[in-house]
Amino acid sequence: MVDVTPDAASPVPPAEVAEVELYHPHSWWTKYVFSQDAKVIAIQYSATALGIGFVALVLSWLIRLQLGFPGTFDFITPEAYYQFITMHGMIMVIYLLTALFLGGFGNYLIPLMVGARDMVFPYVNMLSYWIYLLAVLVLVSSFFAPGGPTGAGWTLYPPQAIMTGTPGGQDWGIVLMLSSLILFVIGFTMGGLNYVVTVLQGRTRGMTLMRLPLTVWGIFTATVMALLAFPALFVACVMMLLDRVLGTSFFMPAIIEMGEQLQHGGGSPILFQHLFWFFGHPEVYIVALPAFGIVSDLISTHARKNIFGYRMMVWAIVVIGALSFVVWAHHMYVSGMHPYFGFFFATTTLIIAIPTAIKVYNWVLTLWRGDIHLTVPMLFALAFIVTFVNGGLTGLFLGNVVVDVPLSDTMFVVAHFHMVMGVAPIIVIFGAIYHWYPKITGRMLNEAMGQFHFWVTFLGAYLIFFPMHYLGLMGVPRRYNELGDMALLSESAHQLNAFISIMAFIVGFAQLVFLFNLIWSIRHGREAGGNPWRATTLEWQTPQTPPAHGNFGKELPVVYRWAYDYSVPGAKEDFIPQNEPPSAYAASRGAV
Amino acid sequence: MSIVLVFLAVVAAIAAWWLSQQRLMAKPWLEQGSTAAFPRTESGSMPAAKIGLGVFLAVVGCLFALFASAYFMRMGFPDWRALPVPPTLWLNTGILVLSSVALQCAVFAARNGQFDMVRLGLVTGGLTALAFLAGQLVVWRQLVAEGYFLSSNPANSFFYLITAMHGLHILGGLVALGRTTAIAWRPEQRDRLTLSVELCAIYWHFLLLVWLAIFAVLAGWAAGFIEICRQLLT
Repeated sequence: MVDVTPDAASPVPPAEVAEVELYHPHSWWTKYVFSQDAKVIAIQYSATALGIGFVALVLSWLIRLQLGFPGTFDFITPEAYYQFITMHGMIMVIYLLTALFLGGFGNYLIPLMVGARDMVFPYVNMLSYWIYLLAVLVLVSSFFAPGGPTGAGWTLYPPQAIMTGTPGGQDWGIVLMLSSLILFVIGFTMGGLNYVVTVLQGRTRGMTLMRLPLTVWGIFTATVMALLAFPALFVACVMMLLDRVLGTSFFMPAIIEMGEQLQHGGGSPILFQHLFWFFGHPEVYIVALPAFGIVSDLISTHARKNIFGYRMMVWAIVVIGALSFVVWAHHMYVSGMHPYFGFFFATTTLIIAIPTAIKVYNWVLTLWRGDIHLTVPMLFALAFIVTFVNGGLTGLFLGNVVVDVPLSDTMFVVAHFHMVMGVAPIIVIFGAIYHWYPKITGRMLNEAMGQFHFWVTFLGAYLIFFPMHYLGLMGVPRRYNELGDMALLSESAHQLNAFISIMAFIVGFAQLVFLFNLIWSIRHGREAGGNPWRATTLEWQTPQTPPAHGNFGKELPVVYRWAYDYSVPGAKEDFIPQNEPPSAYAASRGAV
Repeated sequence: MSIVLVFLAVVAAIAAWWLSQQRLMAKPWLEQGSTAAFPRTESGSMPAAKIGLGVFLAVVGCLFALFASAYFMRMGFPDWRALPVPPTLWLNTGILVLSSVALQCAVFAARNGQFDMVRLGLVTGGLTALAFLAGQLVVWRQLVAEGYFLSSNPANSFFYLITAMHGLHILGGLVALGRTTAIAWRPEQRDRLTLSVELCAIYWHFLLLVWLAIFAVLAGWAAGFIEICRQLLT
């Protein structure tokens, strides 16, 4: 260890950072409802996201009912089926994953981890949540609108998205969906500004960028990406809304529908695809990078070992973030693009595998000879590594044009993206909830229920999505609500579909146990104390648990070291908090 | 998509320059102690609001770059019939320049403590911005009167859409400007005034810049620039 202070024994000068004037709530309403405290906003964001997420879970059950047992359930008409898959996809990707990682964990962890009292613009932060809630309500209202929600598929491709044959196309469905997305982007931009500027300007004394926990690096980079990617979704939605409501022809080509020439003409559906995927691909990493960061911290803490290759981890996060903006057209190989264009995007896509692989190696090397505690958060973190590798490898297949073209419309793609950006990030969300719940509520989640939840979810998710790869290779098409008698499919394909459906119900049931655990443990969980995992980062060093308004009591902490001082030889304990001065460490070393 | 990629390349260059100042080569596991030895990596002294505005402007810039990208991609299709440039747009551009100049005067006055001049600058800036919006509406009326409707041609659609987006951003700026003007009349809040005026001015200059770019694109003078962007990327 090298002391960079000129004289390690000399007391650190008092903080020169000006105290931020905190907004102090005056009533119950401003304290718990229209709160400007990032921690309350985080809980509001998370509760809303989990609530709408359970709607998506129910939708996935309905999808599986139809796929597993076609023709058995009369109420799942083909229209309803398309509405279910559309809403399931949109909710999971945007309203659950993005909102929970950035709005939920971002709000809760950024100020605490960088040692700030709150976000830098608390009022804007509050607005961000309420606009998000409005977006969710608009989305939910489409279930009750005439014609029901849109059934255009989560990618909302024109022209079919706004035509009569598509559920919600000429009714309210698509209008409400586009409006909801526009609101979401506005709300997110407000929140995103906060997350970025808080990391830039709100760090406490001594918290250099290279001392930030990787969780903050992941959320920070993902937020920067989201701020630059979501405008593309915004532009696409506004233009499609104009096409649908005012009859412009941005995306709509000349079309004859039921013998009638529509008023549109000359528009380009491919233009929409470019805009959509310019947002859509970074979106994958917007949910993956926070997951990467959180997993790094979980593994390091629960293996009692410093993260291997911290610098590489940071660089990899930044490089992945930058590269993800130049790969979007690999979602469009089958749109009839120029072969050289496809070649370029296949190359950039495969290059992303390098920084990602670096991260996987570093996680594994962090585990190597670590003092691994198989706590529930650790189990989820380990499950993430295998799941992500799994989904990533099929990504290498699909990144190649020649492999993608035959597989593009099969269940193989469904299996791939569920593994890599469905199961993997959600597993991290679970791990993170088990990890930080004690800080948020002061009590531990029940361990037995947690173990049950983990094993059923992990094994179940594999039993759901692993067979799907085979179905895809066999040629089972995606987007079909019923396979019927296809000559190419053997009887076993249908049996496998039924099996997948049954597993989906079992895994869904395990989520209800998790929900029960979340509620039950608020009152009945074991008392956690301030730092149950004996972790080094600042959020575990707060004077109160749960942290009070203002987070750190009278004085902000001063940071003296990086976030990963676990099992330092000669130290008194197997972890040294980030705010422990070197002199105290030296004294403890002297005592040994 | 070439325009938005060029825009992102600029953002990435700024981000890379900033990251290069942050000691990314440091080995944090070997360093402990307070940060007296590396002061440049402390949170900067620039006010958070200014950084926040900067980040927001990057988002707004990205939005308009995407609109421009879509504009040029759609332009390549055969049904595109370019609009004539209404001469009123020149007048509007002049008014918006005046607005920016007035706010810049307000910034200088605020730094020198001449509060009468600050109020004059803010009010002039606000009124000229309103005049600009009114002028844009006049342009819309003229185009409609000449038969250039929103949905009759994609060139028209883009014209209305992009000018509307720009106008909405000016409207949002006017809300902030209104609050700043209110502060300018309250002597007890003078310590906040300079920063507020500066933020308004930065936002106004940026929107002026965006407007000039939009104007160039809509009037068809930017085609050469696009060709250069395309050449750079291919």
